[in-house]
Amino acid sequence: MKQHQNHIVIENMGQAFREGMRDGVPIGLGYLAVSFSLGIAARNAGLTPFQAFLASLLCNASAGEYAGFTTIVAHAAFLEIALVTLIANARYLLMSCAMSQRMYPGISVWHRLFMAFDITDELFGIAISRPGYLNPYYTYGAVLTAAPCWAFGTALGTVAGNLLPLRLVSAFSVALYGMFLAVIIPPARKDRIVAGLVLLCFLASFGASKLPGLSELSEGTRTILLTVILAAGAALLFPRPAEPGEEESANVSFSGRQERGEDK
Amino acid sequence: MPVNYIYILIMAGVSYAIRVLPLTLIRREIKNKFIRSFLYYVPYVTLAVMTFPAILNATQSPISGLLALAVGILAAWLGADLFKVAVLCCAVVFLSEFFVL
Repeated sequence: MKQHQNHIVIENMGQAFREGMRDGVPIGLGYLAVSFSLGIAARNAGLTPFQAFLASLLCNASAGEYAGFTTIVAHAAFLEIALVTLIANARYLLMSCAMSQRMYPGISVWHRLFMAFDITDELFGIAISRPGYLNPYYTYGAVLTAAPCWAFGTALGTVAGNLLPLRLVSAFSVALYGMFLAVIIPPARKDRIVAGLVLLCFLASFGASKLPGLSELSEGTRTILLTVILAAGAALLFPRPAEPGEEESANVSFSGRQERGEDK
Repeated sequence: MPVNYIYILIMAGVSYAIRVLPLTLIRREIKNKFIRSFLYYVPYVTLAVMTFPAILNATQSPISGLLALAVGILAAWLGADLFKVAVLCCAVVFLSEFFVL
């Protein structure tokens, strides 16, 4: 059975990889703009362009790296930078949990190890928005396009500071949010609960950015707090049926879903 | 400074651990209805929370950010794919800041 399952994925490998690379393009463009400004922060922290490149290549996290760089400026203790990174990136832990539920039975541990490397808001978003089990090769294609943009953009920002005209930076930087919208709006259209939840998230997030006390927290911390509270609230009030829609479509994309006893 | 490399390695190690542990350790289907539902809602909540109001501060003028949000929602609602929505949002910001604001 393991053979069989792997075979199905390999059949889709080339196409999924190409689709991933294509969908990685807008992400890469957005990454270039955002990582460029991250590079400026890295320079302020005293990092060389190569160190900034390395940090972005290995960490793949906007808020997490930014928080890390500001900690480096302060010459903080190693434990502190570990904690700061943990808090700023905690949402990836939740995303990784969510992804674990969409692995096809019998997927090799190597796929798990590689797919985990670049779980970011955007790459998670496009992977999870596809129906059925996650296809590792789709993720690899997207990472191959987007990750170099992130690393080179950071190095470029460290070297070149303010070369890009402000107008372009401004326009590029909404690419990321456009992608978020493309992930959350279609399910909101299909499901009134998701639609209401998205609206509530906008309001709550706006409120939290203005409220005294909450607004003093970092953006990353606010995101974690709101995610846990709102997603838990939605899960309590509107639990999903045992076999949600995305699982049903798994049958279509990976013909025949056998029992899930994959961990032998 | 060599100490920077230690900082970077710690950042990288923590970032990877957070991402890899759930994905490698959770091998079973989670049966608990609450946890399942929670994980189902997490991506939408996180992305929604990070989109607004951050999109207003990403651009030079909050108005162009708001326009991009409106156009992005509309385009995604009408079925535009990821790439189209992203490019449309960029174009809206560029044009609105170029001509109007």
